[in-house]
Amino acid sequence: MKITREEVVHVAKLARLNLDEEAIDLYTRQLGDILTYMDTLNRVDTKDVPPTSHAIFINNAFREDEVKASVPLERVLANAPRSEDGSFVVPKVIG
Amino acid sequence: MKSAMEMDLYRLTIHEAHDLLTRGEVTSVELTSAVFDRIGQVEDRTGAYLMLVKDRAMAEAKAADEVIRQGTGGPLTGVPLAIKDILCTEGIRTTCGSKILENFIPPYSSTVVNKLKKAYAVIVGKTNMDEFAMGSSTEHSAFMVTRNPWDLTRIPGGSSGGSAASVAADECIGAIGTDTGGSIRQPASHCGVVGLKPTYGRVSRFGLVAFASSLDQIGPITKDVTDCAILMNEICGYDPNDSTSVPREVPDYTGALQAGLKGLVVGIPREYFAGGLDEDVAQAVNAAIKVIEGLGATSKSVSLPHTEYAVAVYYLIAPAEASSNLARYDGVRYGFRDKEAEELIQMYRDTRSKGFGSEVQRRIIIGTYALSAGYYDAYYGKASRVRTLIMRDFNQAFETCDVLVAPVAPTPAFRLGEKLDDPLAMYLSDIFTLPASLAGIAGISVPCGFSKDGLPIGLQILSKHFDEEKLIRVAYNFEQATDFHTKRAKL
Repeated sequence: MKITREEVVHVAKLARLNLDEEAIDLYTRQLGDILTYMDTLNRVDTKDVPPTSHAIFINNAFREDEVKASVPLERVLANAPRSEDGSFVVPKVIG
Repeated sequence: MKSAMEMDLYRLTIHEAHDLLTRGEVTSVELTSAVFDRIGQVEDRTGAYLMLVKDRAMAEAKAADEVIRQGTGGPLTGVPLAIKDILCTEGIRTTCGSKILENFIPPYSSTVVNKLKKAYAVIVGKTNMDEFAMGSSTEHSAFMVTRNPWDLTRIPGGSSGGSAASVAADECIGAIGTDTGGSIRQPASHCGVVGLKPTYGRVSRFGLVAFASSLDQIGPITKDVTDCAILMNEICGYDPNDSTSVPREVPDYTGALQAGLKGLVVGIPREYFAGGLDEDVAQAVNAAIKVIEGLGATSKSVSLPHTEYAVAVYYLIAPAEASSNLARYDGVRYGFRDKEAEELIQMYRDTRSKGFGSEVQRRIIIGTYALSAGYYDAYYGKASRVRTLIMRDFNQAFETCDVLVAPVAPTPAFRLGEKLDDPLAMYLSDIFTLPASLAGIAGISVPCGFSKDGLPIGLQILSKHFDEEKLIRVAYNFEQATDFHTKRAKL
């Protein structure tokens, strides 16, 4: 299936990516080729075939709900681009 | 006979190094220094490492020598290893080959790295890779190019290209890679070394930067099959920190190194020998099958009829999972943030657009599209159903076969730049490694010959879930009957 330019722009928005005009053109063409290739899957009859999301059978990987030590706050915040008073700082959310 | 000190110590395998260390003929400090000297000689040509941690490594070597002196060392004690830069290393930058993690220093180590540290292995450095392990050539690294030690104009394979190149160039004694769709087996094949992708769930993924969570698996890249078994013994096992790791006893994989092949049934999947297979690859793999038959195994032709759909299935499922996993890179908690935006959503978008490379953005877009309203059933849903059929193909084959043997890749290593502008062509080169990844089964690549141009070719051996011992047994017997593993790239 071909993907339209508008669809690429829409998906990029959903994925929180900026694309310039050149990138939109490139991805529209490349994704068109790739998705056309994916259409080969339509040749396979999958009626009554269940989907697989996990290759190994694991049933209910439960553990006890215990309080344990975690990584100290200051070490977690050490990688933050901006932090203050034990919190992450972000640009304003509401304009 | 040469004394230990006169030998090129960097050329040693893990088991050879262990023997010399245990006998006191060399120290880990000497061995580690020799490896760093070697790196000094060849790294500017191979580009295997994103980062070296020499001071730490020398301190670890010194500590390991003390452990060996006390007689409490194990098979990895004092052995210099390279780690793919996708595994978190506490206090050591972990970039995943991406600008977005360029300055990320993990506050904890991955379970596999902790296991290696506990075994007193010496960590030499972090190896280059395709950004977020998305690629088959290591050309998608945000930082540098890695070259194939056998031919510096060619790719080392990917995404664990740095790890495979570091082993092939003797810039470490052994290495750790990861495989989502072939990223251990294919670079091992292209670099003429051994690489094993364990069964999904065999090795903990805790502290492994996630790409496609239902496919990612960590495994060894080594100079021979014995080393591969030794590393498997150390890294496998259930981990409460990874709920997808499987609570199942870990056998002693070195026990599989001597059995012989009598009575074993080896399946040859027809679909892996169809059109498009390079002549030299076909010849090497067919010759390898003859060797395996000569060792007492019986071979039979089998069919895996859904093989041709693996590329389409994988390149929908893996990007879909990636688009979700990579949502965490938003410039808030860690990693790169573009600081110019005045508003939150714009900050997300600027950060991600500047932080991710083009292949990662392409896959995020494919994955987001495949999961989006109106397309979910047609793409992600359909791919997940065909994945079931691919698994059933393998289940059926393993009803009558102990292992399957096939090529790893349709061609030897291609040239740098050759497929860089054609993503679909790059994806199609993964055709022979993707099916096993989708089925979660184990696979190994073992050197089985060279092309007319002198490029290494690997033999892929596949087993059902949790049957790595059989892979190791077949690979070891093949290796011992041939001399491909003794050849080294001339650098």
